[in-house]
Amino acid sequence: MSVKVSMNVNGEAVSAEVPERTLLVSFLRETLNMTGTHVGCDTAQCGACTIHLNGRAIKSCNILAMQAEGGNVTTIEGLAKADGTLHPMQEAFRQNHGLQCGFCTPGMVMSAVDLVKNTPNPTEEQIRELMDGNICRCTGYHNIVKAIAAGATSMAANP
Amino acid sequence: MYQFKFQKAKSVAEAFAGLGKDGDAKLLAGGQSLIAAMKLRLSQPSTLIDLGDIAELRQIKVETGTVTIGAMTTHATVAASAEVNKALPALAMLAGSIGDRQVRNQGTIGGSIANNDPAADYPAACLGLGATIATNKRKISADAFFKGMYETALEAGEIITSVSFAIPKRAAYVKFKNPASRFAIVGVLVADFGSSARVAVTGAGPGVFRIAEMEKALVAKFAPESVANIKVPAEGLNSDLHAQADYRAHLITVLAQRAVIAALK
Repeated sequence: MSVKVSMNVNGEAVSAEVPERTLLVSFLRETLNMTGTHVGCDTAQCGACTIHLNGRAIKSCNILAMQAEGGNVTTIEGLAKADGTLHPMQEAFRQNHGLQCGFCTPGMVMSAVDLVKNTPNPTEEQIRELMDGNICRCTGYHNIVKAIAAGATSMAANP
Repeated sequence: MYQFKFQKAKSVAEAFAGLGKDGDAKLLAGGQSLIAAMKLRLSQPSTLIDLGDIAELRQIKVETGTVTIGAMTTHATVAASAEVNKALPALAMLAGSIGDRQVRNQGTIGGSIANNDPAADYPAACLGLGATIATNKRKISADAFFKGMYETALEAGEIITSVSFAIPKRAAYVKFKNPASRFAIVGVLVADFGSSARVAVTGAGPGVFRIAEMEKALVAKFAPESVANIKVPAEGLNSDLHAQADYRAHLITVLAQRAVIAALK
């Protein structure tokens, strides 16, 4: 059995027939072949699958594609400008070496953008606390926190 | 996940009709517990009826003496609501302590209390703040709603529409959380209503419960020392890899004092 699901992903209307039980992350990765969004734990704990649905960061491994029906989805592929200029948060991760193996990075960046949107100019303590939905198994948190602080400053300067 | 049929309800009436057509149908709110349980094949609904498109279930109303939250309001919305922060800051703070940011952006109050996880935060808010749970059929007091582990008073075809909290003189919620899941190992909500007081505990037992002895002591004097020497028996409390029953019993008294201190601030 299948169902038609339609949504807007990174500004583009997409639509496909998928089984009802398709998770949003599977729809992105396997139906749309957009593999920037990662599956880490697949149990809604690690945050590697974080995307924005209607402007809010959520874990795409823990919702059905059909729950995003008609919605606006932004993934890591939709963050940079069309000419390739990185989003200020992506650039901050690059400048501060906010990654080790890089597996958690797409989720970290998507979560960080949402964090700064809701908490502009976060303190280091706030960053550490509010990023508790994202896990880095390399334990490279120090540079991630530095990157998010720098990204917040940069996002404030380039709204 | 087992296969299922999917239906998006446009109204509560449509969701109710859907439940009537399929005895094994389940309502889908934010899905932060249900989808995870289905992925593990611990839950096998034949139809999922998604309530996500019903705007009328997402309203927050603050009136004299009560704060009413629509069943499909997310934890993040409650935590960030200026109205809730002003009228009942303990509730906003509790909502902001649930899970992580991503979970709070998707999880809902109706889903949380319908699931009645023994370590969830909202059941403590409902019981501690004398909430009334409104469904498509009736109004249920929190005291009658929570029936123990994952069990509620909800009947077949019954859909939670909103939860109304009584606004106390002061209240606070303090939890000792599992650092990985952010679920409460023990969480205590205390509320001072002047002529009465309520103390609700989550995480410690098979379901949320009140402590009458502490409530009596807090009515006499709303101060931390009123509860400091009230011990809760460990018998019947949860023992698991996170904490033994006697430790949970000890935490209840400690957290009750901290909650009273926080409420007085």
